[in-house]
Amino acid sequence: MRFFVQQLTFGLTNGAIFALIALGYTMVYGIIELINFAHGDIFTVGGFLGLTVIGLLRLDHAPPALILPGVIVVFAVAMVVNGLLGVAIERVAYRPLRNAPRLAPLITAVGMSFVLEGILFLVKGPNQVSYPNLMPSGSINLGVASIGIGNLLIIAIAIALMVALSQFIGRTRIGRAMRATAQDRDAARLMGININRTIAITFFIGSALAAAGGIIYGFYFQTIAFDVGFRSGLIAFTAAVFGGIGNVVGASIGGFVIGIIIAFVSGYFQGGGQWSDVVVFSILILTLVFRPTGLLGMRVPEK
Amino acid sequence: MKRVGSADRSNRPGTISRLGAFQFPGFGAVGRARNFPYLLLGIALIIFPLVDSDSSHVNVAADAGHWILLALGLNIVVGYAGLLDLGYAAFFAIGSYAFAILASGQFNIHISFWVLLPASTLVAALFGVFLGAPTLRLRGDYLAIVTLGFGEIVPRVFRNATPITGGVNGIVGVDQPHLPPILGWNGNFGFNPLPYYYLILAILGLSIFLINNLRNSRLGRAWMAIREDEVAAAATGINTVTTKLLAFALGASFSGFAGTYYASKLFVVVPESFSFQAVSVVVLVMVVLGGMGNMRGVILGAVVIYFIQTYLLIQLPNWIDGATSALNIDFLTKLGIGGYVQRSNYLIFGIILAGIMLLRPQGLIPSAQRKVELEHGTTDEAVSDLRGTA
Repeated sequence: MRFFVQQLTFGLTNGAIFALIALGYTMVYGIIELINFAHGDIFTVGGFLGLTVIGLLRLDHAPPALILPGVIVVFAVAMVVNGLLGVAIERVAYRPLRNAPRLAPLITAVGMSFVLEGILFLVKGPNQVSYPNLMPSGSINLGVASIGIGNLLIIAIAIALMVALSQFIGRTRIGRAMRATAQDRDAARLMGININRTIAITFFIGSALAAAGGIIYGFYFQTIAFDVGFRSGLIAFTAAVFGGIGNVVGASIGGFVIGIIIAFVSGYFQGGGQWSDVVVFSILILTLVFRPTGLLGMRVPEK
Repeated sequence: MKRVGSADRSNRPGTISRLGAFQFPGFGAVGRARNFPYLLLGIALIIFPLVDSDSSHVNVAADAGHWILLALGLNIVVGYAGLLDLGYAAFFAIGSYAFAILASGQFNIHISFWVLLPASTLVAALFGVFLGAPTLRLRGDYLAIVTLGFGEIVPRVFRNATPITGGVNGIVGVDQPHLPPILGWNGNFGFNPLPYYYLILAILGLSIFLINNLRNSRLGRAWMAIREDEVAAAATGINTVTTKLLAFALGASFSGFAGTYYASKLFVVVPESFSFQAVSVVVLVMVVLGGMGNMRGVILGAVVIYFIQTYLLIQLPNWIDGATSALNIDFLTKLGIGGYVQRSNYLIFGIILAGIMLLRPQGLIPSAQRKVELEHGTTDEAVSDLRGTA
């Protein structure tokens, strides 16, 4: 039981990170039907941006009272800067190809992924970089097992961001514009919606959430490297597909489910750790084969 | 063509058109006079190892050969049929391991290279069908992700299935091809790059001939029809799933073929050499840079990228460091530009992929059809997108 709770906590925490990345994939896919291949690396950049802000504020040596406001500043700055990066990538690499054959923006997306990875590789080097954990330590005792406060906080932050996002999409004017653009771009344009701005906002939000995911990743694993985005991005994409691509709630649920699956595969099977990725990518293929719409997705007609 | 034989006898010798009348295999559909440079190139490639005494050059050329083969195979999938395959390394790995397991000391099975070459090609093609059959019905970009997932699964399985594949250490001591002794050569390939060079040259010549005929066949035209408009192609009676599956399986078989050659030449097979970054992206960059759907372009792309990877990125840092230390400017030397260049592999690939698609989507040597398609799509709407609406 103790082990079960431990693995469940690990799975949910890890899943929260995947879910935050998956939201970016699913939003971008929902609105322009592009698999934003660079999104995994945008996540890594977000993590490194957070690390830079922590370094500038010297937060790893700050007195405890200043940690909380400091962390809020870290999240805010990294999310805004990363959001702008996402907007810039859309502007440079995807917008000129919006009406090109679908293969073209997909290939530029792979290219942008390598550009980001290449820049991180040049600037940060090939090795793991250590990351301070600014989450509070300590744990809550539940009798059968104890759960770290840091883990709970990570899950809470992720869920709060998800709720905020779904409220934003569901209730605000910009959210309505996003849904309209996703449904029918031309009709939305005729209704006076600024398509380019709406798509840019989508990229901004997706990349900002990825930055939050990157910082949480750093806090949780206390290390980050230039290439963590490739694997995390692929797993998060699996989560988005599993939940139903284009569906924000689906991506969140998918993220948590995939996180839990990884935790249990690596926890309960002998040598399961090295097979967990194989299991996840098999889930991806099987989902696409048997239920391409995912758990909550809608059928998208072939155009 | 029947007339060629008689034309050879009656025409005046010496002119370009006279020489062009030789139907160089593989370029038969191109204009006759234009075949002349290829004939010269072919002869040069055959003579080159005999003239150049440096065997490391032959070795480099023999290694470049299997990259060209990979690029030609991926070009069928991406260039002709318009399917983005991001897991091309998987089939390369399957071909390599299929050969390495059945022709090494791993299980003390030593089946001949010449038997396993077609066999492992077939195995790779079967895996292509196995993966493609259920997934090719999906939307095009889903296929990209399925293949990416498959490309991640396969090397991991080979790495984890230690009892069969030797795990992280791989299989060392893969068999090498043998031929009956001829012309004073004992027929053992061993570590001598020369026979490998001629082997890959022969394979490439045959492949170019085959692919060229395939492209102009009913099947090839069906691929291009699907690439340009799948719904319209289906409406004209093309079975899109079977046609796409054939492209996918053929591409996979080329990858498996190249894998077998690679394993026997390298003597070792390790799971790390089949990662996304090491193979799948590199081959995709070759195809995109050269010009999707154009065989000459793709071959050029493969040679250029191979040159950048194995020569330029290794030599350039030394030249730069040499230059900066010769200039003797303290600031420049401290900056260590050479080190940055050496580590900019990822960046260069990224810029090539994104840059080519944005600035010259048709690649270095454009495919005429593809060019129209890509340009038509990008210009007229995008301009209104950038200016209007705001």
